[in-house]
Amino acid sequence: MRPLAEDETKAVFEKLANYIGKNVVHLVDRQDDAHCFRLHKGRVYYVSEASMRLSISVARPNLLSLGTCLGKFSKSGKFKLHITSLDYLAQYAKYKVWVKPNGEMPFLYGNHVLKAHLGRITEDTPEHQGVVVYSMNDVPLGFGVTSKSTVDTRKLDPTAIVVFHQADVGEYLRDEDTLF
Amino acid sequence: MGRRAKNKQGDPESLQELSERPSPKKLGKRKAGINLPQPAKKSKHKDSPQSDDSWNSAEDDGSGGWEGIQDEDTLPAQTRSLFQDSDTSTGDTSDADTDENEDEDAPITASNFAARSRALDARTAREAQLDAEELQMAAQVDADEFDGVEDMDDDEEEVDVPGTEDVILPTAEERAEEKRSGGPEVHVVQKRMRECVRILKRWKASGAKTGRARSEFVEQLVSDIASYYGYNDFLTEKLFQLFPVAEALEFFDANEVPRPVTIRTNTLRTRRRDLAQALINRGVNLEPIGKWTNVGLQVFESSIPIGATPEYLSGHYMLQAASSFLPVIALSPQPHERVLDMASAPGGKTTHMAALMQNTGIIFANDSNKARTKSLTANVHRLGCKNVVVCSYDGREFPKVMGGFDRVLLDAPCSGTGVISKDAGVKINKTERDFALLSHLQKQLILCAIDSINPASKTGGYLVYSTCSVSVDENEAVVDYALRKRPNAHLVDAGLEFGRPGFPSYRGKSFHASIKLTRRFYPHVHNMDGFFVAKFKVTRRAKQAKQDSEEKNDILMDDVAPEDVQFDEREDEEYIQEAKRRRLKAKGLRVLPRNQARAAT
Repeated sequence: MRPLAEDETKAVFEKLANYIGKNVVHLVDRQDDAHCFRLHKGRVYYVSEASMRLSISVARPNLLSLGTCLGKFSKSGKFKLHITSLDYLAQYAKYKVWVKPNGEMPFLYGNHVLKAHLGRITEDTPEHQGVVVYSMNDVPLGFGVTSKSTVDTRKLDPTAIVVFHQADVGEYLRDEDTLF
Repeated sequence: MGRRAKNKQGDPESLQELSERPSPKKLGKRKAGINLPQPAKKSKHKDSPQSDDSWNSAEDDGSGGWEGIQDEDTLPAQTRSLFQDSDTSTGDTSDADTDENEDEDAPITASNFAARSRALDARTAREAQLDAEELQMAAQVDADEFDGVEDMDDDEEEVDVPGTEDVILPTAEERAEEKRSGGPEVHVVQKRMRECVRILKRWKASGAKTGRARSEFVEQLVSDIASYYGYNDFLTEKLFQLFPVAEALEFFDANEVPRPVTIRTNTLRTRRRDLAQALINRGVNLEPIGKWTNVGLQVFESSIPIGATPEYLSGHYMLQAASSFLPVIALSPQPHERVLDMASAPGGKTTHMAALMQNTGIIFANDSNKARTKSLTANVHRLGCKNVVVCSYDGREFPKVMGGFDRVLLDAPCSGTGVISKDAGVKINKTERDFALLSHLQKQLILCAIDSINPASKTGGYLVYSTCSVSVDENEAVVDYALRKRPNAHLVDAGLEFGRPGFPSYRGKSFHASIKLTRRFYPHVHNMDGFFVAKFKVTRRAKQAKQDSEEKNDILMDDVAPEDVQFDEREDEEYIQEAKRRRLKAKGLRVLPRNQARAAT
C-alpha cells in the first residue's frame, strides 16, 4: 500500500473527471473526514485516513481490500474504473441517463443502452461523455459513455445505441472472481 | 378430523345422494359439502382414527370434490342443473339443515328476526361443540403418535402398551438379519420409532411392564433414526443426547425441511418499507420476519430469482439466514468503534455491522480462507460499506497483528450441525475426530479473540462467540474453557429476547454457573438454523488476583524450610527449550522435531 505517484494520480483523476468533472475536488477535500487515495496490488483504493493508518499494521500479502476500490491499473499503465466506484460517481455525477424498467435487465447483463430503453437523459450532454446510468426510480445501475449528444439522440432509430456500456452492477455476480 | 382437514372443504358426497336430497342449495359454495348429516361422519371417524388419509385422498382427487369442477359445460347434465339451481337461489351461507335454510331464504322481517337470531346462536353453539370435539380428537391422535400431552390418563396406556412392545423391539438376531437384507422397510422403521418414543416418554409409568431395559429401547431408537434419516451412528448419538426423546425426533424431522428464505435490508442504501414495496412490485411475496428485527424480511415465494434482482445487485439487501442476524444484534456495534470480525466470509454479518455503525469507525473483516474473501470483498463493496478493511490471516494470529478492538465477533468455524437442512453432507462426513479438532481450534480462537479486545474501551469491550452448531463441545465447553482461562472475561446477557439458555451441565460435566446467559436456537423450535450465541464482557485484568497468588506462594515458601536454592543452567536449558517449543506450537507455528532442534542448537 502506497500513495499514488504523480502520473498515476493524473491517470486516475482524468478518468474520474470524465464522469464527475470538477467535482473531483470534493473527493480530495472532504469536509467531514479526510480521505486519501492508496495503491495496493495494482488497485486504487479511496479510504478515510483513519482507516488507512490502522490498516498499515496489516501485512501486504494479507491485506485484500480497504475502503472503496475505485479501479485498477492495467499492465500497460492505463487506469480502468471498476463498478465499485459507482457510489462516488453516482454521488457527484454531472451527466446522467435513466433507463426504463424494460431496459434494466439488458443493461445489467452487460449490454449497451438502446434508444428504445432510454427513459430520460440530462440536457446538453455532449458526445462521448461519461455518464452514470440510473433506473427510473433513481437507483444507480452502472456507467458508460454516450454515443451521441442529447440533441442527436432524438434523431436516432429505436435500436440504435445511446450509451456504450462500461460497467454495471451485474458484474458483482458475473466477474466476482476477477474483480477483486 | 384434523384441524387442517376441517379448514378445507368437507368431504364430497356422491351424486346419487345429491340428487335425492329435497332442495339442494348453493352447491357452488365451498362449504356445501358440510351439508350432509354431521353425526354420521363423526361416528365413522371415531371408529377408526386412521381414516384421515382416505378422507384426504377423496378430497384431493377433484373428481368427487366440487373444487375440481372447472367448466360447467363438461359437467353431466344432472350436476349442471344443480349449479343453475344454486345460481338462482339468494346467497345464504348457512351450512345447517334444510329446514333452517328455507327459513333463512325469507327476507328478514321484524317478526322472524328473533327466531332467526336464535337459530344462528344455536348453530354457532353446535359448531363450537364440533370444534371442541375435533380438538379433543386431534389431541388424542397426537398423543397416540408421539407429541402427546403429559396429562394423559394412565389406564389408557395400560390398554395399548402391553400388546405392542414385544413386537416393535427386535432381538439382536433379528436386527442383524434386517441389516443383512438391506435394512428394514421405511414404514416399519417409522412405526417402530414412534412406538419407542412413546414408551420411553412414559418410562416411569409403563416402562417396567415391557420387561426390557430402557437402554435397549434407546439403542433401537438411535439406530432407527440413523437409518431412517441417513446419519452416521456417531452423529446420531451426539445429537440425540441433546434433547428429550420426543424433541430429538422433532429436531431430526426439522432437519429434513428447508428453512425459510430470508433477506436483510441494507440500511445504508434503503429502508425496509421501500425495499419490500420494490420487491412486491417484482412479484415477490414477503413479510417481516418478526418483531425482534427491523431489517429482516421473509420471502415466501418469488417469480424471479431473488439473488439477481436489480435491487440485489445495487446492494439494497443481502440474502442471509435469520440466525445470522443474532450474533450481530447481540454484539450491537456502536458508531465510531473499532470492530473485528474474525471469520467473516461471505460478509453477511460484516455488512450488517457496518450498517449498524452507519459506515463510521472501522471494521476488520478477516477470513483465513483466501478463496472465500473474494465473495466477502464483493459483498462489502456491493452493499456500500466504506469502513471495512478486508484481510486474510489465520484468526489465531490476531492479537499480534492488531489488538485494542472495542468489539470482536467470533463466528467460529464449526461442524455445522445446526444447518443440516442446508448441507446434508454433515450427516455422514463428520466424525469424532472432526469434533475434537474443531473444538480445539475454537478454544484457541476464543482466547485470541478475548486477547484482541481492549478492556479499557469506553463504549465496548465485548466479544460475541457464535457457531451454527448445536453440539455442546463446540459451544458451552468452549465458553467454559474461555471463562476458566481468562478470568477477566465474563458472560453477560446477549440481549436476545428469545432462544433457550445454554446447558449448565451436560452428561456429567458441569459448566460455569453463568453459562445460562448464553443462548441456543433450534430449527424445530424457532424455525431458524441451529445456532449458539454467547456474549462476553472483557474487563481489565485484576491486579489483586496476582497479589493474592503471590501471597499464597509466600505462605507456601514459609512452610518449606528454606534451602540453598541455586540455578542449574544446564538442567534449565532443557526446560527452557521445551517451553519455547510449546509457545510456538500454541501460536500454530511449525517447530522442528526435538532431536533436530537440539542438533541445531
